[in-house]
Amino acid sequence: MLGLDKKDWTLLLIVAVLALAAPFILNPFPAGSELAQFNAGYPDLMQRFAIFGIFAIGFNILFGLTGYLSFGHAAFLGVGSYSAVWMFKLLSMNVVPAILLSMVVAALFSLLIGFVSLRRSGIYFSILTLAFAQMSFNLAYSVLTPITNGETGLQLTLDDPRILGASATADGSIPVTNLFGLEMRSTFELEIGAWLFQFNAGYYLCAVIMLLAFYAAMRIFRSPFGIMLRAVKSNQQRMTYTGLNPRPYTLAAFVISGMYAGLAGGLMASMDPLAGAERMQWTASGEVVLMTILGGAGTLLGPVLGAGFIKYFENIFSKINDNVLHGWFSFLPDGLEDLLVSIVHPFVGKGWHLTLGILFMLVVIFLPGGLIEGGQRIVRLFRKKKAPRGEDADHHPKETPHVAE
Amino acid sequence: MGILEVKGVNKRFGGLQALGDVNLSVQENTVHAIIGPNGAGKSTLLNCLVGKLIPDTGSVMFDGQSVLGRKPHEINQMGISRVFQTPEIFGDLTVLENVLIPCFARRDGAFRMHAFETVANEAEMIEKAMTMLEDVNMADKRHMHSASMSRGDKRRLEMAMCLVQEPKLLLLDEPTAGMARADTNNTIDLLKEIKAKRDITMAIIEHDMHVVFSLADRITVLAQGTPLVEDTPENIKGHPKVREAYLGESA
Ligand SMILES: Nc1ncnc2c1ncn2[C@@H]1O[C@H](COP(=O)(O)OP(=O)(O)OP(=O)(O)O)[C@@H](O)[C@H]1O
Ligand SMILES: [Mg+2]
Repeated sequence: MLGLDKKDWTLLLIVAVLALAAPFILNPFPAGSELAQFNAGYPDLMQRFAIFGIFAIGFNILFGLTGYLSFGHAAFLGVGSYSAVWMFKLLSMNVVPAILLSMVVAALFSLLIGFVSLRRSGIYFSILTLAFAQMSFNLAYSVLTPITNGETGLQLTLDDPRILGASATADGSIPVTNLFGLEMRSTFELEIGAWLFQFNAGYYLCAVIMLLAFYAAMRIFRSPFGIMLRAVKSNQQRMTYTGLNPRPYTLAAFVISGMYAGLAGGLMASMDPLAGAERMQWTASGEVVLMTILGGAGTLLGPVLGAGFIKYFENIFSKINDNVLHGWFSFLPDGLEDLLVSIVHPFVGKGWHLTLGILFMLVVIFLPGGLIEGGQRIVRLFRKKKAPRGEDADHHPKETPHVAE
Repeated sequence: MGILEVKGVNKRFGGLQALGDVNLSVQENTVHAIIGPNGAGKSTLLNCLVGKLIPDTGSVMFDGQSVLGRKPHEINQMGISRVFQTPEIFGDLTVLENVLIPCFARRDGAFRMHAFETVANEAEMIEKAMTMLEDVNMADKRHMHSASMSRGDKRRLEMAMCLVQEPKLLLLDEPTAGMARADTNNTIDLLKEIKAKRDITMAIIEHDMHVVFSLADRITVLAQGTPLVEDTPENIKGHPKVREAYLGESA
């Protein structure tokens, strides 16, 4: 049905349930408790999970399927954000036209950059995309100040025209982003005992769009086009001598992933209507590479997992400061407490990058297939225990999951 | 007129004349072998046919059209498929997917944005691919990761990928080079089977005389970039010029 088989529907359903129930799932600890700081179920962070999930799903269509490693995809995200904010300034505060424009502009922009960069492959392709993204960053930061508002970043003001809306609200403030009247910031709070759950309109928009993006990626993975993209990664020489032209396939994948990035950028601006050049910086491009590899490049779920993982680290581990640590270890004798705090200190708070870096290295070395491979290994371990003797999977020729049939 | 007509082809690499005034005509439904000592220019000639190299002078006509100046994928779409010395397959994909790709290439051309169709629903293509796999006795391996197969199986798969396109001309560059005896015999059997089962035109470059004499209808002997003789296998066997080219001046 709708181009997916039963297994895929199950996966999609699981992702949907997780995404829609995220405000519950991510808030397992009672508000006000010691562990409440590990809760991730607040709107701002959940929005980021979904948005970076979209970004990584799209990036994976290029990198995971064709093997072309772009180091410039943040440029498309930034372009998407700028486009969306301009739409809010000029047209209306409804997020629909803003998101559509951000995808269109990102598509055109990625068509241009992809057309030039894809003349090379391997490391040269990566360097070309990096160069383009840095150029875009510098343009946004200084040269194109009239469009991007330079280092301050593009913001809404009270005298924006907004021809289909109002420049200012009745009480003289800047109107807020909405979906046909439903304000993105509106949040319904539910208190159950000591727990507090937040259901935010903006998050649910992001989550629904992420599910659509995930579904579209699934369709691409299962399509003849998807097989061609994997063929690009596998053997371009054979492809050419089979009558196929790898270039347009790769370019199409590049533009599709650019549109995903633009969509993510547009959503980001829809949640918080401002755009700055730093969104296009190479560190931001590198981050989506990390997300995809950490989760598992070329897998459907991996990039979403990777995105969630990194954003969780960034937001939760970075908040653990020495006070919190002293709180944790206070049950220990003073000397030991100080010792432990000073050992853990470099890995949390501002040092969260260190923890992430170590984790990334461990995953790449021991789980080349990313977190997804880790999950698969665990599942296999259980299956093996259950399987009767003599049916050890290792003694049979290796079969891979396939998309045909 | 043959399906492939090579006329007056020259190719130089710097000071080296790799091909010197090569004329070659391959007739439809024949197996035409090209033999010659190392460095004779056999691979160079083949690369000129498939668009990898462009001859300095001369013409290459295939099925009434010139192939010169066309890209390799365009030449494949004209009806020339090729098998490589080391099997070139899509190692990351399954056997069935490997055979589906050429099926899609024939139906959809060099590029098509079929992103919202589903492979599983392509019953006609899957059937075509499966029939081909049964033909080469690989149907039971359809879900195997193709990179993990033996070299002989990879060769079989590559052949299936070419044949499923129903090429008007199949080119083979030393299909048994570096193979163990068993794999070589396996490949000869496969080629004989193919020849017996369908009308096919093949041009084959080969060092192994056993392979050549058991398959070829015509043989061209190439030496130092120039064809020495072209004849039937029987006549080539005892030809003094051929012995000379292979065994040196003394013979
Ligand atoms: N790309 C190239 N650049 C320079 N010289 C080349 C190139 N390709 C081939 N040659 C030279 O052209 C000559 C013919 O080479 P070719 O590979 O066509 O020979 P061959 O008959 O296929 O030999 P073999 O039996 O060893 O495969 C050789 O001397 C080779 O060194
Ligand atoms: Mg050769």
